Amino acid sequence: MNIIPKRQSETDHRTRGEQSRQVQYLAPMVDVQSTEEGYVIRAEMPGVDKAGLEITVENGELTILGHRRNLQHPGELIHRESTRQDFRRVYELDPAIDASKISARVDQGLLTLVLPKAERVKPRKISVD
Amino acid sequence: MNIIRYQRYPHPDFPVAWDRLANMHEELDRVFESTFGSTVRSLGTLSRWTPAVDVYQDKDQFTVVAEVPGMKKEGLEISLNGDTLTISGERKSEEKEDDQRFRTERFFGRFQRSLTLPSAVNPEKVKASYKDGVLEVVLPKAEEAKPKQIEVSLS
Repeated sequence: MNIIPKRQSETDHRTRGEQSRQVQYLAPMVDVQSTEEGYVIRAEMPGVDKAGLEITVENGELTILGHRRNLQHPGELIHRESTRQDFRRVYELDPAIDASKISARVDQGLLTLVLPKAERVKPRKISVD
Repeated sequence: MNIIRYQRYPHPDFPVAWDRLANMHEELDRVFESTFGSTVRSLGTLSRWTPAVDVYQDKDQFTVVAEVPGMKKEGLEISLNGDTLTISGERKSEEKEDDQRFRTERFFGRFQRSLTLPSAVNPEKVKASYKDGVLEVVLPKAEEAKPKQIEVSLS
């Protein structure tokens, strides 16, 4: 397995001015698919739009951060099953992935990341003359 | 409170015991969630898809909010029977069959949630919207169910 999820339980230390506070995140449900071209990651992040996404690649690690849109509903909450936490998940990347070619789109709270392999590592057929 | 959690009825494909186990599994998830602050969501190897539902109330209406990411609008069904709201739908996998998967946590297939609203609503005026994977159903209360202010004059 070449895309390894890291640290399932996510706690991040963020500094805000002088104060440091702990931020709790929810790990989104994710499918990872392997194709000949590379990998496809699909992460469910309801309530997150394009503006709320932060995707970074650093030191061979892919970090997906999704901030929920602040939804306001009239009245008082009388039944609750959802959580308000933002989403976060970190993956260790296969070195074969060309990080400069990673593309992302989000549609109805479903983030799709396409991670293509670098040309040099793609399987190729060599014909014998 | 009148709102009851949707209990799965035995599915023809699943034996009853399996369904009970799934419910138990869900209960366990809840215990863990409350203990560990739900940072890790269960991978749900036994339970099927149960989207989270929130309900809001003010003096004029109920707002039901369901997290159903990655659906098509056409794949969602909303029905009202008396004061019972049912949200159901089907989600299909985006993957092609010949692709190799090495991590799957998401659910596909049908889901259904029903909930009984605490008071009568006006079925003519129910409105729904779907944005960023969040379904919002607004159900205005029936006139007779709205709180009334009665002026009492002292003579």
